[in-house]
Amino acid sequence: MREITYVKAFTESLMQLMAEDEDVVVIGEDVAHYGGVFHAFDGLLKAYGEKRVIDTPISEMGFIGMGVGAAARGLRPVCDLMFLDFIGVCLDQLYNQAAKLKFMFGGDVSVPLTLTTAGGAGLSAGPQHSQSLEAWLAHVPGLKVALPSSPHDVKGLMVAAVRDDNPTVVVLNKRMLGVKGPVPEEIYEIPLGQAATVRPGRDATVIAVGRMVVEAVTAAEELAGSGTEVEVIDVRTVQPLDSATILDSVRRTNRALVVHEAVTFGGIGAEIASQIQEEAFDYLDAPVLRLGAPFSPVPFSPVLERAYIPDSNRIAAGVRRLLERSGG
Amino acid sequence: MTETAEQDSIRALPTDTLHDLYRRMVRIRLFEEEAGKLMEGGRMPGFLHLYVGQEAVAAGVMATLRADDVITSTHRGHGHAVAKGADLRYMYAELFGKQTGYCKGRGGSMHINDLSIGMLGANGIVGGGIPHAVGAAFAAVYKGQDSVAVPFFGDGATNIGAFHESANLAAVMHLPVIFVCENNGYAEFTPQARHMLLENVADRAAAYGMPAEIVDGMDAVAVYVAAGRLVERARAGEGPSLLEAKTYRFYDHQGVKGLRIPYRTQEEIDTWMERDAISALGQRMTDAKVATPEELEKVWSGTREEIAAAITFAEQSPDPDPADLLDNVYTV
Repeated sequence: MREITYVKAFTESLMQLMAEDEDVVVIGEDVAHYGGVFHAFDGLLKAYGEKRVIDTPISEMGFIGMGVGAAARGLRPVCDLMFLDFIGVCLDQLYNQAAKLKFMFGGDVSVPLTLTTAGGAGLSAGPQHSQSLEAWLAHVPGLKVALPSSPHDVKGLMVAAVRDDNPTVVVLNKRMLGVKGPVPEEIYEIPLGQAATVRPGRDATVIAVGRMVVEAVTAAEELAGSGTEVEVIDVRTVQPLDSATILDSVRRTNRALVVHEAVTFGGIGAEIASQIQEEAFDYLDAPVLRLGAPFSPVPFSPVLERAYIPDSNRIAAGVRRLLERSGG
Repeated sequence: MTETAEQDSIRALPTDTLHDLYRRMVRIRLFEEEAGKLMEGGRMPGFLHLYVGQEAVAAGVMATLRADDVITSTHRGHGHAVAKGADLRYMYAELFGKQTGYCKGRGGSMHINDLSIGMLGANGIVGGGIPHAVGAAFAAVYKGQDSVAVPFFGDGATNIGAFHESANLAAVMHLPVIFVCENNGYAEFTPQARHMLLENVADRAAAYGMPAEIVDGMDAVAVYVAAGRLVERARAGEGPSLLEAKTYRFYDHQGVKGLRIPYRTQEEIDTWMERDAISALGQRMTDAKVATPEELEKVWSGTREEIAAAITFAEQSPDPDPADLLDNVYTV
């Protein structure tokens, strides 16, 4: 299969979605003439024109709210929030409006809005351009939240998000943008709420979010050298969360480590760990471990940032702790 | 911006239009007063932000709109829904939290909506609905339709970012939006002079390169004429505008416990209540001999009957079933 980058897979998903449905419009800052600050929207303006690819003022609350209204009136807007860190300036339109209209209007209105954004650390982008805030969004009934971990998934999850009739946030990982991988040329969908078992194993389960899947696979390969077989699960979406796949795995491996880039405290790992102990307590040979960032803003210095983000070494160390704890 | 004084325009308007304005205002007034009594009597849960006093604005603007024109409303939204043609039975049912309500008991007073008549919802967040109207206007243009969108909001909401971002966005995108500010002089309990330095909200439109008009919000005819101009302009593709209607809230910000001094003086309240929009229009209609007092009285009695039936419908409606709580959290 041909290989393309994560960001090209994203662009291709929009090219194909706009071709199949003329109600799909792209709205955001510098998405049209410039092609987006990450060039994720390159070529869309040329292909679909200014009517469907729209540059906006720097007004995230305004244009995301406009997307909500347009979605309620039958369009399928894709609004781009350049950095996930900017969510604070428009959050009302997302969590009080997009997420709640369906429910609070008695089912009369659907909001098929997709919000694309970029999250994650590792580029020395500093405390306001590097955050992982997916747990905030996953906490809001009415929203769906996807964090693609590969070029293949970014395309499939984008297609599912845009076709979905609910407001869905797709969080691209900035460090993944240039990473290449196999991506089918035709349009395809990865269902929201379906985790992927990216590596099978019998000794422990690592449940990973976003780019941490890549680190988890590296850790699993390293551990395999010493005879430990780690199962790696990519949650793909944190809302809905595919609890069944996670629980099924943990019931077989009896050990679980959850890893994400977001700070550990109150992260989605806390939810996953809690579900595991509620539903699979009797299968556990060790307490569920969480691995995330320390409780600090994301630092700028490359040295500090490397120390901040979980990586394959720390994941491997976590798995070893699980095995030691259970005498495995 | 122009001051509009349409005092003699009543004779220029078709009689049907005058009766329509009067009827819309009476329906709002009685709907609200009965809702107030129900709340006072402990028969209705939740908050209640009564629209009484401001009826001329909703009636005047809505009479210029078509069913496919979209409005968004506020926490003080009953008047807009009634004037846009919402079914009073489903409105009361929602106030009672019943399954037959507009929101199936999930929204309450602050979220009444009915897309079939272009009512894209009242909104509990100040300024929250304004961008939705911009989106509705965008969708209409995108689909080649000539409908317009009207977000309603108060003077207080013009201090929130959503208003400014929406105004600029609608202007720069040249969208058919008529921003209607109902300036009742208070942001909750804070008088306008303490929440903005400008005397006129309309002055804010200039910052976004759009025209504005100021109108007497106690005069339904004046509102109708001014809104009509701006709607026509928007429909013709001439872009957004702002209409500021100077009006007054006869009840408190919330609830029915009366007019609480000292945040407003009795003199101020009396002055505005003497200008009651419904009495004023009724007087002008009978003076101009386009209506008899008996005809007008029939509007009140007929509406009272309709409201009594609507309340009965609401009270006798079933409560929602807790087993269905998760319905409509997501579109499935």
